[in-house]
Amino acid sequence: MTVTYEAIESKTLVSTATDITFTNIFGTYTDLVLISDILMSGAQANCFVQVGNGTIDTGSNYSYTILSGNGSTASSDRGSNDTRGIFFTNNSYPQTTTRNLTIMSFQNYSNTTTNKTILFRSNNAALGTDAIVGLWRSTSAINRIKVYPTNNSFAIGSTFSLYGIKAE
Amino acid sequence: MWWAQLLNTISGFLGGLTPIVGDYESIATGVVGSGGAPSVTFNTIPSTYKHLQIRGIARAASGGVNAIAIRLNGDTGANYAWHLLYGTGSGSAQSAATPSTATALMSYQANPTNDGTGVFGASITDILDYANTNKNTTVRNLSGRDGNGTGEIGLWSALWNNTAAVNTVALISSGANFAQGTTFALYGIKG
Repeated sequence: MTVTYEAIESKTLVSTATDITFTNIFGTYTDLVLISDILMSGAQANCFVQVGNGTIDTGSNYSYTILSGNGSTASSDRGSNDTRGIFFTNNSYPQTTTRNLTIMSFQNYSNTTTNKTILFRSNNAALGTDAIVGLWRSTSAINRIKVYPTNNSFAIGSTFSLYGIKAE
Repeated sequence: MWWAQLLNTISGFLGGLTPIVGDYESIATGVVGSGGAPSVTFNTIPSTYKHLQIRGIARAASGGVNAIAIRLNGDTGANYAWHLLYGTGSGSAQSAATPSTATALMSYQANPTNDGTGVFGASITDILDYANTNKNTTVRNLSGRDGNGTGEIGLWSALWNNTAAVNTVALISSGANFAQGTTFALYGIKG
């Protein structure tokens, strides 16, 4: 039977890391799903995502629209022409003792006729929650994904699991 | 440190993940061809799953149309309601709702007025317990579009006030055709 929802690679940190990168992602799926469960080794930090084909794109080709809530205020924000995408705000970022859980969906990631739209659902039970839509302005297929914090490191025990979903 | 990265990767492979074989299945995929189309419809959906999920990318063919409606089992009566929590990129989050309507809006899509060429909105739609004939049907959706300076992100919910098992799902571009390349993939989740 064809496997529709397939595990591609999983990383569980046995030492702190300043970034996590998935490379050589096959283009045989329809969507990618990256699930992260993050603690920080130091103070809380915002985290960013970059993607690319062959190399990670560090150009000003990312933008995003945010919906965010912290239990008392619900807000919206955006970023344009950025060198990176974000997958949570300070309403749900990870700390040293409270985790951020994020599901990132890279829809039609290998389609070479469309720019790439990414959906994020991000939560920290102690802080709040975010829903974000991001755009990578490139028609190249995504075959690598990098996530990294602005400061400090991902703590030991943080996990990053990449899945592929294949439509018939 | 290269050795730390190597250890982290090895830890991941040895930890391993079990593929979900057979519990999450691809049912059908609809792709809009040249000339566009007003809707994408999934017919004769088997009742053998617990939940349905539709994953897609969508763009209106013209204008500033930014929403997609859902119709179940061909019901065109005022038997739907929907709610939305959304952000447009500035200020406060906003909400919208419409009760007792024949048009259940439930997702965003990109459009030529606001989004550059080749930009499509993305959506993930769950139809929970769709075959249960003791419940009205609830649909939930995470979707958004971003056009680098414009955008919308929303959490939608919709109700179909009918206990019939869902066997047809129509996704309808609300105001203009879907553009070529709009794609919806239907999956069944066993439980």
